[in-house]
Amino acid sequence: MYQEIFKKYEPTKDNLIYILHDIQDNHPQQYITEEAVLSVSKYLNVPINHIYGVITFYGMFSMKARGKNIIRLCESPPCYLKGCDNIYRKLKEELNIKQNETTEDGLFTLELCACLGVCGNAPVMMINNDIYGDLTEEKVVKIIKDIKGEK
Amino acid sequence: MKMINLTINNVPVEVPEGTTLIQAALKAGFKVPSLCWHPDLAPTAACGICVCDVEGYPVPKRACATPVTEGMKVNTNSRELRELRKTILELVLANHDVKCPTCVANGKCELQQLAYTMDIDMEKVPKLLEMKPIDYSSPSIVRDTNKCINCGRCITVCNDIQTVYALTFADRGFEAHVDTAMSWGIGNSACVNCGQCTVYCPTGALREKDDTDKVWDALLDPTKHVVVQEAPSIRASLGDEFGMDMGTVTPGKMYAALRALGFDSVMDTNFTADLTIMEEGTECVENLKKHTGKPVITSCSPGWVKFVETYYPDLTPYVSTAKSPMSMFGALSKTYYPEVHGLDPKDIVSVAIMPCTAKKFEAQRPELARDGVPDTDIVLTTREFLRMIHEAGIDFQNIKEAKPDEGMSFYTGAGTIFGATGGVMEAAIRSAYFLVTGQDLENPNIEAVRGLKGVKEAVITIPGFGDVKVAVANGLGNARKVMDKIQQQINETGSTEYHFVEIMACPGGCVGGGGQPFGNGIAQRARRGEALYKEDANMDFRCSHHNPEITKIYADYLEKPGSHKAHELLHTYYFGRDKFKGQVEKQTTGLDSHH
Ligand code: SF4
Ligand code: SF4
Ligand code: SF4
Ligand code: FES
Repeated sequence: MYQEIFKKYEPTKDNLIYILHDIQDNHPQQYITEEAVLSVSKYLNVPINHIYGVITFYGMFSMKARGKNIIRLCESPPCYLKGCDNIYRKLKEELNIKQNETTEDGLFTLELCACLGVCGNAPVMMINNDIYGDLTEEKVVKIIKDIKGEK
Repeated sequence: MKMINLTINNVPVEVPEGTTLIQAALKAGFKVPSLCWHPDLAPTAACGICVCDVEGYPVPKRACATPVTEGMKVNTNSRELRELRKTILELVLANHDVKCPTCVANGKCELQQLAYTMDIDMEKVPKLLEMKPIDYSSPSIVRDTNKCINCGRCITVCNDIQTVYALTFADRGFEAHVDTAMSWGIGNSACVNCGQCTVYCPTGALREKDDTDKVWDALLDPTKHVVVQEAPSIRASLGDEFGMDMGTVTPGKMYAALRALGFDSVMDTNFTADLTIMEEGTECVENLKKHTGKPVITSCSPGWVKFVETYYPDLTPYVSTAKSPMSMFGALSKTYYPEVHGLDPKDIVSVAIMPCTAKKFEAQRPELARDGVPDTDIVLTTREFLRMIHEAGIDFQNIKEAKPDEGMSFYTGAGTIFGATGGVMEAAIRSAYFLVTGQDLENPNIEAVRGLKGVKEAVITIPGFGDVKVAVANGLGNARKVMDKIQQQINETGSTEYHFVEIMACPGGCVGGGGQPFGNGIAQRARRGEALYKEDANMDFRCSHHNPEITKIYADYLEKPGSHKAHELLHTYYFGRDKFKGQVEKQTTGLDSHH
C-alpha cells in the first residue's frame, strides 16, 4: 500500500526521512503505523531499530494516531519567557488532553516543539501549516472555537 | 607507526598515533574515571565522566574520545574536574534505581564502583527516576531500563559487532533511552540472545534471565533425579572468581562443586562435543565425497543458528543437522541414560551449565523436546552457576577435586577446544582426516584456525580427497562477511570454494560467551582460550574418534555415526524467521527426515 510513495524515491538510506514524511502526510491521522515501518525497512533494507530510532528522535514524526489539526506550541526560551506555559495550560484545559494526546472527536492533537523561527511574535504556535503569534489565553480559546466551527 | 609524546599529570608517556587520551593515561599509570567507555568498543562519549584538562583548551575534554597530539599536557584530576564528575554522577544516580544489595551487577558494577570511589553521598542525590516496567519478554535476556545509564555500549555491540540490530536509542534529550524497535521488547525483536550486550553493560540493566530457583527446586525435590552437564569453556571461567589465575582450568573442582550442590549425576558436555564431531564430521566427509560444491556449516552456537535463520534462511540447508553438544546431551539424558540406569525419564531433570544466554532459547525450541518436555530442562549461565556456588557457601578454591560419573563424561582434547573459536573446526579436521584416510594427522594442532582474528581461513590437504578449504568466523558481524561471500558464490556459480565453515556467535567463541562473567573482554577471552588449548595439548586422547565412551555409546546404543538412531536423537532441523520479530515463518530443512 506504500508502493505509490516508494515509487517516488530511490531505495537509498538517504531517502529515509523524506519517505517517512510522505507516509505521515498521506495518512489521514498523520502518523506512521508499525506496518509502514516494516514496509520502509523492506524497501530500503534498513533495520527497523534504526527507523524507530529516527522516528522517535525527530519531534515531527509520530507513531500514534493524531487529530485532524496538530497544534505545535513552541517551548523554546523566547516563547517561554513570554509565558507559553500559560498558553500550554489553557490549551490543555480547553481541549481536555495532555501532551501528545488527541481529543476524543479526533479534531486536535497537542504537541510541543522547538523554535518556529518567529520569535518576534512569541509566544507562538502552529496549527497544521498556519502560524499563530502573540498568543494570549483569550486568543487561543477563540482560535480553537473557530476551527471547531469550521468542521 | 608514528609515536606521540605527551605528559599526563607531569608523567611523560609515548604512545602510537591515534591512541585516545584515556588509553594514554592508562599507560602513564592513571585510570581516568569513566562510565560509558570500554576498551573493546568504539567510544560513544555519552557520559562525560572522563573529562580531563588539556593545556590550551578552555573547556575540559572527554578523554575517551580525544586522540593524543604531540606535546599535549594533560591533567586528569583537579578540583574542578572532580566537581564536574560528581555533578554528572549525581545526575546519573538521581535517574537510577539504586538497589545494589539485590542487583545482579553488585560488586561488578562500574557505576557502583565509581560512586563508591568518588564518595557520593546518596542522601543528597534527589530521586528523579520514573520507574518503567522491566522487559521480561525474552527467554534469555532481561532488560531493566531503570538501571540503564544510556552509555550506549549495548547498542554498539548489538549493531556494530554483532550486526543483529535489535537495540536503538529512542527519543532524545532527557527522554532518550535504549529500546527495541516499536518498544516491542527484546523477546519480540531480531535479538538472537547472544548476550554480548549483557557482558558489556557496565550496570545491572542487562542480564540473563535467572533460572537458579528452578535448579534449586529440582535439587531439593527428592523425587527428581537431577543430571548436569557443563560446557567446555566453563572450566576456564570459574577459577578467577575465587582468586585463582585467570584461565585456570578447573574440571575437578567444577565437578566437586556440582556434587556439593547436590546434583545426582555429574557428567560433561565435552563428551557430547566429541559426539558432535562424530556426527558433524561424518556429515562433512559425506559432503566432501559427493563433491556438492556446498559447505557444511557448524550448528553448535544457538545465537548463530537463530541469526542464520533470520538473516540467511536460504543458507540454512547447509547448516549441519547435528544438534549442539548441549542438545545431544539433553536427548541422551532422557533416553540412553535412564535406560542404562533403570530410571523413568519423567523423573529426570536435565540441567546444562553454559557460557551462553542463547542456550536458554535453544533449550526451549519445540523441536528439541520429547512429548512436549524439553530434552534440556534448565540452562544456567556461568554467572548463575557462580551465584549458586556462592549461595551454597562452597569454598571453591580449596574444595577437593572430584571425578564425574561415567557414561557421558569422558572427553578428548577435541571436545575441550570446542570452547574457543576455531576449536570445532580443529576437532572436526582431526576426525575428518581419520575418517577419510584411516590415519591420524601427524600433527593434530591446526594453528591456522586458532586465535581471535575475526575471520580465519585455511586449506587442509587430506590424502585421498585433496584440498579442503575451511573458514572460521567468531562474532556475528564476521559471520555476516563469510555468509555474504558464500551466498554470492552460490547464487552466481551454484557452488562455493568453502567445504567446511565454523561460526560462533560470540567474539572469541564460547570463552567469550554472553553468559560469562560480566566485563569479560577481549583480553580475558584470549587467556581463557589459550588455557583450553593448553588442556588439549596435555591430554592422552586428542581426537574425538578415540574417545572410549564414544566408541561404547555407538556400540551399545547409537550403532554408527549417521545411523537411523543417531538421526532420531542427535539431529535436528531449521526454520526461516522474519527479520522483525524473529518469529518462525517456515521450516527450511529436514522436511523429509525422520521427524
Ligand atoms: S546497576 Fe550498579 S549501581 Fe545500580 S543497583 Fe545495580 S549494582 Fe547498584
Ligand atoms: S543478546 Fe545479542 S542480539 Fe540480543 S540484544 Fe543483546 S547483543 Fe543484541
Ligand atoms: S543497557 Fe547497559 S549497556 Fe545498554 S546503554 Fe544501558 S547501561 Fe549501557
Ligand atoms: S567515558 Fe568518556 S564520555 Fe563516558
